[in-house]
Amino acid sequence: MLTYIARRILYSIPVLLATSFLSFTFITKSSDPLANLRANPRTNNPVILHHLAHVYHLDQSLPVRYWYWLQDVFVHKLGISLLTSQPIWPDISVAIEHTLQIILLAQVIALVLGVAVGIYSAIRQYSPFDYAMTSVSFLGYAMPTFWLALILQILFVDIYLKWHVRIFYTSGLNSGVTSSTWSIDRLQHIALPVVTLTVVSFALYSRYMRATMLDVINSDYVRTARAKGLPERLVIFRHVVRNALIPIVTVSALQFGALLGGAIVTESIFQLNGMGYFFITRLQTNDVYSVMAYVMIVAITVIIFNLLADILYGYLDPRIRYD
Amino acid sequence: MAAEALLSIRDLAVEFRTEDGIVHAVDGISYDVFPGETLGIVGESGSGKSVSTMALLGLIPQPPGRIASGTAMFQGKDLLKLSPKELREFRGDEVAMVFQDPMTSLNPVLKVGYQIAETIKTHYPKEPDDKVTSRVVDLLRLVGVPNPGERSKQYPHEFSGGMRQRAMIAMAIANSPSLLIADEPTTALDVTIQAQVLEVLKTVQEETHAATILITHDLGIVAELCDRVLVMYAGRIVEAGDVLTIFRAPRHPYTVGLLDSLPKLTEDEEWLRPIPGSPPSLINRPSGCAFHPRCFLTQGRPRCREDVPELRDAEGAGHLAACHFSEELAGHQSKFSEPVEAGSGA
Amino acid sequence: MTEPTTPLDVRASVVVDPMAVAVPLDLAAAEGMELEARSQWSYARRRFLRHRLAMIGLVGLIIIFGAGALANFVAPYSFDQIDLTYVLHAPTTVGHHVFGTDEIGRDSLSRIIYGIRTSEQVGLTVAVVSTLFGLIVGAIAGYYRGWLDNVIMRITDLILTLPLLVVLLTVAALLGRSSSVWTIVLIIAAFYWTGIARIVRGVFLSLREKEYVEAAKAVGAGDLRIMFRHILPNTLGPIVVTATLAVADAIILEAFLSFLGFGIADPTPSLGKLVSEGQQFPQKWWITVIPGLVLVLIVICVNFVGDGLRDALDPQQRRVRA
Repeated sequence: MLTYIARRILYSIPVLLATSFLSFTFITKSSDPLANLRANPRTNNPVILHHLAHVYHLDQSLPVRYWYWLQDVFVHKLGISLLTSQPIWPDISVAIEHTLQIILLAQVIALVLGVAVGIYSAIRQYSPFDYAMTSVSFLGYAMPTFWLALILQILFVDIYLKWHVRIFYTSGLNSGVTSSTWSIDRLQHIALPVVTLTVVSFALYSRYMRATMLDVINSDYVRTARAKGLPERLVIFRHVVRNALIPIVTVSALQFGALLGGAIVTESIFQLNGMGYFFITRLQTNDVYSVMAYVMIVAITVIIFNLLADILYGYLDPRIRYD
Repeated sequence: MAAEALLSIRDLAVEFRTEDGIVHAVDGISYDVFPGETLGIVGESGSGKSVSTMALLGLIPQPPGRIASGTAMFQGKDLLKLSPKELREFRGDEVAMVFQDPMTSLNPVLKVGYQIAETIKTHYPKEPDDKVTSRVVDLLRLVGVPNPGERSKQYPHEFSGGMRQRAMIAMAIANSPSLLIADEPTTALDVTIQAQVLEVLKTVQEETHAATILITHDLGIVAELCDRVLVMYAGRIVEAGDVLTIFRAPRHPYTVGLLDSLPKLTEDEEWLRPIPGSPPSLINRPSGCAFHPRCFLTQGRPRCREDVPELRDAEGAGHLAACHFSEELAGHQSKFSEPVEAGSGA
Repeated sequence: MTEPTTPLDVRASVVVDPMAVAVPLDLAAAEGMELEARSQWSYARRRFLRHRLAMIGLVGLIIIFGAGALANFVAPYSFDQIDLTYVLHAPTTVGHHVFGTDEIGRDSLSRIIYGIRTSEQVGLTVAVVSTLFGLIVGAIAGYYRGWLDNVIMRITDLILTLPLLVVLLTVAALLGRSSSVWTIVLIIAAFYWTGIARIVRGVFLSLREKEYVEAAKAVGAGDLRIMFRHILPNTLGPIVVTATLAVADAIILEAFLSFLGFGIADPTPSLGKLVSEGQQFPQKWWITVIPGLVLVLIVICVNFVGDGLRDALDPQQRRVRA
C-alpha cells in the first residue's frame, strides 16, 4: 500500500510540472504582465519598465522564466504579484481558508443528506417519497449554480427589505468586525453560498446512491443474505449499504474539483474573499503570477483528493489491492 | 410403509407481470418431499424449476411476481401463508438454499467466516462467539476446505469457484436444516470441480440426514445423487418417480426425448438426437398439453391440443406421468435400461 | 371428445422416435412458440418511444430549440432593439413584452429567444465535435493500447487535472475577454473531448477482449474493420447518451463563461449574460430569473432524453430466472 502511495505521488510530480509548464507558457504568452503599468501614464516610463523587466526576468527565455517561477513557488512561498508587488502567499492563504470552510461544510451536509435520501429512496422505490426526491434531485442537478445563488440572494434581500430581518447575509464574510471562523455571524454569512453548493452536490449524491443501492439490492449476495433469514434491516445496512457506499467515495472526491469551480461563481456573487474570488479578480486584472499560483494550488488539491479517494477505496473494498 | 412427508406442496402457481403479458412460470404443481431423501427436479431453462423453490422461501420479488395459488405444508405450517417475519425464522434454519453462481453469491466485502457465522448468529443469537467460530471452522472442514481456520478469515475473492461453492454449502447447513434446496449448484463450475462439489453434497447429506431438493438440467447429476426425480416442462410436472424407473422406463414423451438425447458412453452413436423445436413461450402457452407441438406421440390427435393432461399413475408405485397416451409407451425401455456400474465417486 | 382406445397391436407398433414429430413446425409456431426475431434497433426505438419522460423532454427540446433556430421569425423584436418607453418593465402583455424589458428597453423575450439560439449553436456543435474527436481518439487508445494509449492518456490526464471551468476561464480570459460564438465553441470543445475519450477508451478496452473480436481476427478482418463493424456498434449506446448529455454540459459551461464576463461578446445575447445583467437590479427579478429558468428547462429536457436513450439502448435488463 505504501509503495502504491509513493508511486502515485511520484507519478503526480511530472503531471504537476507539465500542467504548470503548459499553463505558464499559455499565460505568459498571451498576456503582458506589465500591461497595467504601461496603461498608466505615470508609470509608462521606458526606464522603469526596462528595469522591472530585468528584475522580474521578463527579458529571459521562457524555460528560464519558468525555472525562476518554480523557484518562487516552492522556495519563496509562491512569489510576488507583479501587479501589486506584494507577496502572493498571505492573500491566497486567507482565501484558501475561507473557501475550504465553505466547501467542506457543503460536502459534509450534501453527503449526509444525499446518502440518507438515496438509501431511503432505493428501499422505497416508486413511493411518493422516491418520486419527490428524484424530481428534487433532477431540478437541483439542472440548476446552474450562479442562477441558484442569485435567486437566493434576491430572495433574502427581499426578505430584509420587506421585514427588516436579516436571516442570512447576502454578501461578504462578516459584518464589519473580523469574526472568528465559526461564529454565528460568519455562519450567517456563509449560509447561502453553502446552500448553493450543497444543492448540486446533494442532487448528485442522492441520485448516485439510489442507483448503486438498486444495483446492489438486486445482486445475488443480497439474495443469499435474505435466504439466510436475516432481518431486512440488517440485509439493507450490513450488506447493501456497505457495498453501495464504496463508489460514493470516489464520486465525492471528484466532486471537490467541481466545487472549486462552483466556488468561483458563488464567491463572486456573494462577494466572499475566497479562492474563486481571488481567481476571478486576478484574472480580470491580468495578474499572471497570482493566477498561476491559483492554478498550482488547485492542481495540487485535485491530485491530493484523487489520491485520497483511491486509498480510501482500496481500504473499503478488499478486492482492490494495490501492489 | 409411507413416511410422513416433510414438505407437501399442492397446486402451487407463480406468475409474473411483464410488459409483454403475464408469465405463468409455475402452473399448478404438487409434490412431496420425504425426510432424508434426495429429490431431483429436472427441466430446461424456463421450466419453472427454480421459481417453484424460491417461492417456498419467499424469495420471489412480489411485484412483479405473485404466488397465485397453492399451499406448502412444512412442519405443520403453510410456508406460503406465513408473514415475512415468520418465514424468516425458517430461512437458514430449517430450510436452507444453495444458489447457482458462487462467484456472485457471497458478499465481496465481508470475510467468509463472518458470513457463515452470520447464519448461525441470526437464528441463535445467544450462542457464545467462540462456539460459533469453532463451528464455522468445523463446517468448512466438513465441506473439504483446506486450512479452514485461516480460510475463514479470508475474503470471497481469495477463494476459487469450487471452494466458494463449498463455503456456500457450509453456510447452508450451518444450522442443520431438515430441508436443503440446491439450485443448480454446479452449473457455473468446471466439470472437474463439479464432481468435487457433488461429492461434498453427498457427504453433507450423509452427515446431516437433511432432505435435499436438487434442481438441475443435468440428468447425469440426477442419476448420481437423487432418489426420486420430478421432470418439469413449461411450469408443470410432466413425470415423477424414482430415479431407476424413470431412467429405465420413462412414460412421458418429453422424458423419453430427454433421455434419448443423451449420448450413451458404452455404445457408438452417429448423430445426437435432440428434441425438435424450442421451449414454449410462458406467456402464450400452447393450448392443451404444453409439449404437444414437439411431441412424437401425439400424432395429430386433437385431445393433446384440447385437454391439459393430469399427472396420473403410470406403471409402478409412485410413478406418475402427465400424458394422455402414456400407456402407449408401455414396454418402452430407454437406452439406459441395462445396468452399467456408474463411477463410484472419487 | 373421447378418443377410441387404440388396440394392443396398434400400440405395439407405435414408433417411439422423439425426432419423428408429426406436427409440422409452422403449426407449432402458431401454437405459441417464439420464432419471430426483431432487430436490436427496433427494440431500442420501441423502448425509447414508450419512455414518457423522454418524450416530454423531446417535445420540450423541439419547442425550445425550434424557437431558437427560428429566432428571426419567432421573436417579436430584434435583440438589440431599444425602446426607451418601457425601461425595466415587469412582464406584461402590453406591446408583446411578455417577459419584461431590461435597463435600456430591450425586450427580454426576444433576447431570450436569441439567447436560446446561441445556446443551441454552442451546445450542439460542441457535442458533435467533441464526441467525434473523443470517439476517434478514445477508440485508438483503447484498441491499440501500448505507447499510443500511454501518450493519449497522459495528455488527457494533464487536461483533466484542473477543473474544466478553471481551464476554460483562463483560456477565455487571456485570449481576449469576450469572443465570438465560434471561438467559445472551439475553446469548450478543445477541452471537453478528453472526458469523452476516456469513456470511449474504457469501452473499447473491455470490448476488444470479447470473443467476437477474436473470431473476427481469426477470419482475417483488419483492425479498422474490427473497430468499425464489430466494436463500434456495441459502444453506440453509451456514446449516444454521453453525446446527448454533452449538449447540456456545453450549454451550461458557456452560460458560466458568459455570466462571469468571459464568454460571448456583445451584442450577441447569451442566456448566461442575460442572467448576469440582472445582478444590478435585484428588484427586477424577471431579468435574472427567466433566462435562468430557460436554462434549467433546457438541461432538464436534455437529461430526460438522455435517460430515455440510456434505458432504451441498455441491453441489460433485470430478468428473473425461471
